[in-house]
Amino acid sequence: MNPSAEGTAMLASAPLDILLWGALPYVMVVVLVGGLVWRYKYDQFGWTTRSSQLYESRLLRIASPLFHFGLLAVIAGHFFGLVIPMAWTQAVGMSQEFYHFNALLVGGVAGVGTLGGIVLLIYRRRTTGPVFMATTKNDKTMYVVLTAAILFGLWTTLASVFEGEHGHNYRETVAPWFRSLFIFQPDIAAMATAPFSFHLHTLVGMALFVIWPFTRLVHAFTAPFHYLFRPYIVYRSRDRDGSRTGGMGRAGARGGRSSTARTSRTAARRGWSAVGTRDRDTRNR
Amino acid sequence: MRVMAQMGMVMNLDKCIGCHTCSVTCKQAWTNRAGTEYVWFNNVETRPGQGYPRRYEDQEKWQGGWELNKRGRLVLKAGGRVKKLLGIFASPVQPELKDYYEPWTYDYKTLVDAPLGDDFPVARPKSLITGEDTKITWSANWDDDLGGAPEMGHLDPIVEKVRRESEDKIKFAYEQTFMFYLPRICEHCLNPSCMASCPSGAIYKRVEDGIVLVDQDKCRGWRQCVTGCPYKKIYFNHKTGKAEKCTFCYPRVEVGLPTVCSETCVGRLRYLGLFLYDADSVTAAASVTDPQELYDAQMDVLLDPNDPAVQAEARAQGIPEDWIDAARRSPVYALAKVYKVALPLHPEYRTMPMVWYVPPLSPVVDLLRDQGHDGEDAGNLFGAIDALRIPVEYLAELFTAGDSDRVTAVLKKLAAMRSYMRGISMGNDPDDSIPEAVGMDGQTMYEMYRLMAIAKYEERYVIPKAHVEQAHDLEEMGCSLDFEGGPGMQDSSPFGEASGKPVPVAVETFNALRDRQTSGSAPGQTTLRGRVNLLNWDGTGAPDGLFPEKPFPVKPGGLAETPTVGEQP
Repeated sequence: MNPSAEGTAMLASAPLDILLWGALPYVMVVVLVGGLVWRYKYDQFGWTTRSSQLYESRLLRIASPLFHFGLLAVIAGHFFGLVIPMAWTQAVGMSQEFYHFNALLVGGVAGVGTLGGIVLLIYRRRTTGPVFMATTKNDKTMYVVLTAAILFGLWTTLASVFEGEHGHNYRETVAPWFRSLFIFQPDIAAMATAPFSFHLHTLVGMALFVIWPFTRLVHAFTAPFHYLFRPYIVYRSRDRDGSRTGGMGRAGARGGRSSTARTSRTAARRGWSAVGTRDRDTRNR
Repeated sequence: MRVMAQMGMVMNLDKCIGCHTCSVTCKQAWTNRAGTEYVWFNNVETRPGQGYPRRYEDQEKWQGGWELNKRGRLVLKAGGRVKKLLGIFASPVQPELKDYYEPWTYDYKTLVDAPLGDDFPVARPKSLITGEDTKITWSANWDDDLGGAPEMGHLDPIVEKVRRESEDKIKFAYEQTFMFYLPRICEHCLNPSCMASCPSGAIYKRVEDGIVLVDQDKCRGWRQCVTGCPYKKIYFNHKTGKAEKCTFCYPRVEVGLPTVCSETCVGRLRYLGLFLYDADSVTAAASVTDPQELYDAQMDVLLDPNDPAVQAEARAQGIPEDWIDAARRSPVYALAKVYKVALPLHPEYRTMPMVWYVPPLSPVVDLLRDQGHDGEDAGNLFGAIDALRIPVEYLAELFTAGDSDRVTAVLKKLAAMRSYMRGISMGNDPDDSIPEAVGMDGQTMYEMYRLMAIAKYEERYVIPKAHVEQAHDLEEMGCSLDFEGGPGMQDSSPFGEASGKPVPVAVETFNALRDRQTSGSAPGQTTLRGRVNLLNWDGTGAPDGLFPEKPFPVKPGGLAETPTVGEQP
């Protein structure tokens, strides 16, 4: 498991490893980016949080911030663990024990918070009638993958707590592989030596990113940071074709709209749907 | 000075009989869709009353609108940008469905389906949210006509306030009370706090006519606007996950037609027209320290369309000539600034609302008449307005941030007009002392009477059309055939309900109309499983369940149709 032997290791890897750790990540990125671009063009109208706060807010008010803030901490932890090389933290005098302790403590707390949040949210979704009625199959699939990713991630963390000193140091296997992906020299051998729990977490994680553009999770990619900088009052001209342009830049692009261009970009769907929800009372059908 | 045009509305509350025609026609036009069952872009409240949603005026609770911070700067009451973003995961003060009401329909089918028995079948209420049996406990106008006021009247936030500030009590005993109706739509504010609250920047004010709209493509459902609007006139469509609001019927206004609520108003109490205003001075005007001076500040923002300097500046800003002309003839400008009888609703929210109200004189007249006095005598009316402190204080809390003198002045103008014109129609010489008592001359008072009492259609609605040279931009479509409107599509697309692209209004209306005219079946037939929703039934065809089924077996239409999935890329 010497990370320096990249080139030879790649050739020597098992075909399955090449597939999982050499090809799949790029497939995932293509689907993620392609899916996001496609959905941004095709389905701006469906690009929303689909909040259910109108139906129920008592539980949501606890569970949703718990989950989301926990998740933000988890993302920060992943960044720290995967992107920053071990050599750097050692160079600033951070011992392996200290790093590990911190990672486990912060990561553990964030992970448990996130898990607790999503468990509460799923409980709420299942038990609150209107919220459950508004849950699509797409949502259910997404919840399975998302929860699995969190569970398996927490498992890797907990495993290293119990294994203690003899635990697996992912900063020598997963992290170099992760960084190597960006220079298109995937360090397959390093990843292949990581334990099964990490493999599982990574695979489920990739599955999550693959389905991401096609679920309600997309709302994360339009996190409204620009709110901090935009003026409070927004004026917009009636003349502007505002439905597709993001900023004010294309104002007045009048003549450039042909109906054929419209057709190709417009989803075919019905204009309106009837009031109310599907009847749950099957007695009178 | 940056001159901008703003479509505005004035409602003459004296004429409102509380028939809810505006609400119903608005709902049929705009919110008879899934996800908006509980939404009334236009609603009519009985005041005193809690309003819709319940107690929306209690801003200590709902945190809507603007306030001044310690340094005297205008800030959102619900908090600054950072606080709003931190609270984005669960909006801290968003009204729930129970604060509006749980929409319902009735199980009409059992009326004809129920097996023979000793008991009469009952159409039980069914929730439109869960589809299950429900108990109706509240609605958008539950306390209509002071219904339940002896028990619940004190829950009106304005009643609470007036009671705190005055030793007298608002009495809800039948003989001692007063009431009037308050129709409400979006205020299309000059300084909208919903817009300022929107993290995505999806809410915008149209440069041409000031109509505030939500870009359905850009809205991401963060629902901060619902908190931000102090009038609670932004609604969350729980099926699409997007915010929706009154559109000022922009597709109608653009072609010179009045809004649906105005057009269908039985009392003809609504006026539509243009304001010219100085966009650069709005923030300063909304930041005036004393809330009672906000009315004057708002008046100063409105520009005189007859002023040549204003006209020149308007031309320089690209406002077309016929729009400037329409602004000169604007009935809303006349009522708000020339006659000064129209007042803004809750100016203390600092949003600079552009829907104005002529406060009702009727509570005063009714009381005089009930006590056996001549309710049209100027002296009686003036005396009564001064004496009847409670109704006046209540109106002042609604329209002038508590400044009773201002409301008194308006009511006296209305009383003077009433009395002056009675004298004329009785064949007496005009008594010019009456208009003089309220600071007007006879000629102006007569013109005000023409506008307010005769209220000809073309004088009530002065709506300049959007321009022919811009016509192509108003077309929302290249060709209506680009959109699939028929029943071929699934309700629930793979990304959740109603994803994809919203179909433009014109196409939607076209298809809905065509369906209703040609299909022979009532809308809602498939989803309501043959139950009749009379609210949506327009008389076309006979929906399943309206009559008993024929004796020979018929396949139930709702189940046999499996929608063919259209092109889903």
